[in-house]
Amino acid sequence: MTMPLYVQGGWFIGALLFIFGLKGMSSPASARQGIVTAGYGMLVAIAATFFIPGLQNLALMLAALLIGGAAAWISGKQVKMTDMPQMVAIYNGMGGGAAAAIAAIEFAKGDAHSVVTTVLAVVGALIGAVSFTGSCVAWAKLQGVLKKAWRLPAQNAVNVILAVVSVGLGVAMIGCAPAEPVLILGFFVIALLLGLVVTLPIGGADMPVVISLFNAFTGLAVGFEGYVLGNPALIIAGIVVGAAGTLLTQLMAKAMNRPLSNILFTPMVASGAGEAITGTMKEVNALDAAAMMRYAAKVIIVPGYGMAVAHAQHKVWEMTAILEEAGVEVKFAIHPVAGRMPGHMNVLLAEAGVPYDKIFDLDEINAEFGQADVALVIGANDVVNPSARTDKSSPIYGMPILDADKAQNVIVIKRGKGTGYSGVENALFYTDNCRMLYGDAQPMAGEIIQHLKTLG
Amino acid sequence: MDALLALYIFMLAAFTGYEIIAKVPVILHTPLMSGSNFVHGVVVVGAMIMLGQADTPVQQAIGFFAVALGAANAAGGYVVTERMLAMFKKKEL
Repeated sequence: MTMPLYVQGGWFIGALLFIFGLKGMSSPASARQGIVTAGYGMLVAIAATFFIPGLQNLALMLAALLIGGAAAWISGKQVKMTDMPQMVAIYNGMGGGAAAAIAAIEFAKGDAHSVVTTVLAVVGALIGAVSFTGSCVAWAKLQGVLKKAWRLPAQNAVNVILAVVSVGLGVAMIGCAPAEPVLILGFFVIALLLGLVVTLPIGGADMPVVISLFNAFTGLAVGFEGYVLGNPALIIAGIVVGAAGTLLTQLMAKAMNRPLSNILFTPMVASGAGEAITGTMKEVNALDAAAMMRYAAKVIIVPGYGMAVAHAQHKVWEMTAILEEAGVEVKFAIHPVAGRMPGHMNVLLAEAGVPYDKIFDLDEINAEFGQADVALVIGANDVVNPSARTDKSSPIYGMPILDADKAQNVIVIKRGKGTGYSGVENALFYTDNCRMLYGDAQPMAGEIIQHLKTLG
Repeated sequence: MDALLALYIFMLAAFTGYEIIAKVPVILHTPLMSGSNFVHGVVVVGAMIMLGQADTPVQQAIGFFAVALGAANAAGGYVVTERMLAMFKKKEL
């Protein structure tokens, strides 16, 4: 269908604003303006669509826009910053579902004219559907609705069979247009099942990478359906996101030293892995911890997701301010996958008011642990586990870690003696220079603040 | 659409996406992932086009579903990205 110029123009402006917006989002100073720009792009693109001549089902369309938009707007306003990753996952899954649904109507109408169009419609539908159910599983895992990693016997074989069957059904649909309803239904059931089965065995620690991957998937699905619809705005927005998301996924996987194929096909097995650790965990109380930091020259704080869950960011920042007033140099060290997504911890610290120039990433700060008097680990675990450097049999061997163990003293604030998100024992807790401060991060930071004040 | 023309658009768009991310500091990875998640919410436009052509109840139902999901992707993606970036903005002052 050829569209009138004013509709095409609206979509063009939309695509243009998306690219400017994303460009703006790539630098902290212009990031806020960037999302607003992209937002205008979306409004223009949607508004232009209403001017398509002969558009049917207008009331239904408005109702759908209102229901979907309002529900997401309200939930997005209410979600806590710590729960942001699963929220991104669920919105992303919805985009994938929308792309798959577009293809479903396309198949039902039998409008696809060339082989290229049909092939792209099928591929877009497949990855859109996988992204939809996969993202739902990712949400459920991070939200804590789904606690266990379900692993089927012969998991990889099941994955391959489902993938082959869905591609086969897709090929069958390409062969006959309009496709049989049974064929369409079968294709989508298998594709949705594939997303479920692929994602279920993946552990929580790998979820950020998976969410990013599904984000790229949805982008590609949107781009392909854009071609099917003959809509360049969808193609551009979808493919830009697909490429950006793929690169982002690679950066994340690299930060965890886990090749993407490992994450998807051989999930981390924690039980019985790694060398036995000798030594004991040694406790410390809040007063001693406060004194150690107060009389230190340099303290490096390693915050983890546990700190965020305990909402201790503000207390920790208050503590930092007191230490700095007393002349102690304080820095924050952030592991690339601290939190649940790369940069998530930076967002959480920014929320608490910690300035940029105190926050350092792994490459910048690792050399400095040797000169630090105290490394304070708050609610972080796997990202400071020295087994990743030394123990070849450990499941996390090879993952780049923050070298907290190289500091003169290590204080770990932790709720109990349990293992980290990966389920691996942490050798750091048993080393001679490490002291455990058991308790919730927020009251513990509060106690340290009290003691620091009395120490003067 | 001309397949070859589309191939050129694919290529240039992929290059653009790659370039945008390549120079981004780690601190912005989460907001940018969320921001790119918002951008593919433009799928709502495609969903509207399909619903606008739907002529059986089944197609209408799927189209309704598609538009609602697409709108949720766009609206939700915008809100959470804006909230995250607003905090970075505050730090600038």
